[in-house]
Amino acid sequence: MLYAILCYNDEDLIGAWSKADDDACMVRLQAVERDLKRAGRLGPVARLLPTTAATTLRKGRDEPLVIDGPFAETKEQLLGFYVVDCDNLEAAIAVAKDLAVANPGSGAYEIRPVGLFRDGVDSLPQSPMTAVAP
Amino acid sequence: MTDRAWIDAAITAARPQAVGALLRYFRDLDIAEESFQDACLRAMRNWHLNGPPRDPTAWLIMVGRNAGIDGTRRRAKQTALPDEAQISDLEDAETALVERLDGNQYRDDVLRLLFICCHPDLPATQQIALALRIVSGLSVKQIARAFLVGESAMEQRITRAKARVAGADTPFETPGAVERSERVAAVSAMIYLVFNEGYSAGDDSARAGLCDEAVRLARLLLRLFQTEPEIMGLTALMLLQHARSGARFDAAGEIVLLDDQDRTQWNAAMIAEGLALIDKAMRHRRPGPYQVQAAIAALHARAAKPQDTDWVEINALYLALERLQPSPVVTLNRAVAVSRTEGPQAALELIEPLAERLSGYFHFFGVKGALLLQLGREREARGAFDQAIALANTAAEAAHIRIHLDRLTRDARAAGAKA
Repeated sequence: MLYAILCYNDEDLIGAWSKADDDACMVRLQAVERDLKRAGRLGPVARLLPTTAATTLRKGRDEPLVIDGPFAETKEQLLGFYVVDCDNLEAAIAVAKDLAVANPGSGAYEIRPVGLFRDGVDSLPQSPMTAVAP
Repeated sequence: MTDRAWIDAAITAARPQAVGALLRYFRDLDIAEESFQDACLRAMRNWHLNGPPRDPTAWLIMVGRNAGIDGTRRRAKQTALPDEAQISDLEDAETALVERLDGNQYRDDVLRLLFICCHPDLPATQQIALALRIVSGLSVKQIARAFLVGESAMEQRITRAKARVAGADTPFETPGAVERSERVAAVSAMIYLVFNEGYSAGDDSARAGLCDEAVRLARLLLRLFQTEPEIMGLTALMLLQHARSGARFDAAGEIVLLDDQDRTQWNAAMIAEGLALIDKAMRHRRPGPYQVQAAIAALHARAAKPQDTDWVEINALYLALERLQPSPVVTLNRAVAVSRTEGPQAALELIEPLAERLSGYFHFFGVKGALLLQLGREREARGAFDQAIALANTAAEAAHIRIHLDRLTRDARAAGAKA
């Protein structure tokens, strides 16, 4: 069974960490990742950039509505996510629109640039990618 | 993370909202700051015993409000005057829990707090110092170090700035739409001043921290006004410029020009965030000076190698910026793009009419010298570089120009030896 573990915290708080605190936290997390990876149990790992860089594509209309900011509805739940390599935001929105056509109706896709991505097989630095979460 | 570290981070994160709310209750900056200070002391005693509260900001506002009311009552007794008027709106103080859900109130609180630091009577350096003290909560010592002045001098400067602000009419009523966007513009300019104070400091780490602080304030502002393309532009601009900070100076502290920078040293996460923000902003089709400058920075960031840079587009963007915000400095920057697309002669012709207005500007003579050098007019280039050195703002700027001069001298000697 695969489990996705989603990370939540107060962005203002993380933003107030010193660089040293942030770096130290990433080192501690990497130690956890290393053990999981050695056991062959680790899938992709991503750190998303701040929600201020987020765009949301709202479904449920003929032409989906693109709005600034993160997904903020509490009556809908996170059901899954994609990681897609895109040249720019337009390309990411285009992907989300394709997804909306394939899965029409209510809901939304939140588009968040990814700041750190490790694919779980090796730890080579990758080009920045964009996450599209439903 | 130690208890102390996360409590510090929580207090820093809560500060703008908490002090902003306390300022609205007490309508007095000193009382607001003192009560916040009081709340912080209690947080330090309390939180590591009882664990963090669910909403540290709301906790600090509640405790700070009570501390402020106690303090005001105590002072009122001492002066034997019932000074309830000091506490303006008891009613809205009591609805703090309801307010927690009301983002708009917080939004105007934080904006007001930022806005009072931008009082037009305050010179730029005092605006920055005041914002760093009141909004960011840096200590006077930290701010003094960033400005390279003594602690007592900075203390005085901040006290004077505060007195000036207190004497002015602080606008406490909820702003209208026009008023609000004027405040946003003033606050954006102030945040960019904080950034530039850090950016122009070069590789001095105490001051370079100001860039991070400016980015943090911009993100805060953007979270409050998520659909404002100019705040997206401002945030993107600062991120894209700040992303290069690791490559702007060599080991000896000398300036490394954009073309010569090791682009692998650029911060990829900051660039990704900056590009995402400028992409978002452009979708609004409401261009402004920050967005255009960010778009220029984005073209540099997107070029993996210097020769990939789209100078034609950069020239077009500077033309747009000249229309939005006419200034000789913008034209000077465009001249650099023109030198890449049309050659140094065309660029020189573009900047010659600026000579009078930029006669005290280091970069004017730096650019002029470089263009003259490209045209082989070495004697005139030397003259321009001499003037640049005399106007240099930092040791690194002077050293950078001296490299050109030394090379000219060396070449002249070599030519002399050959002859």
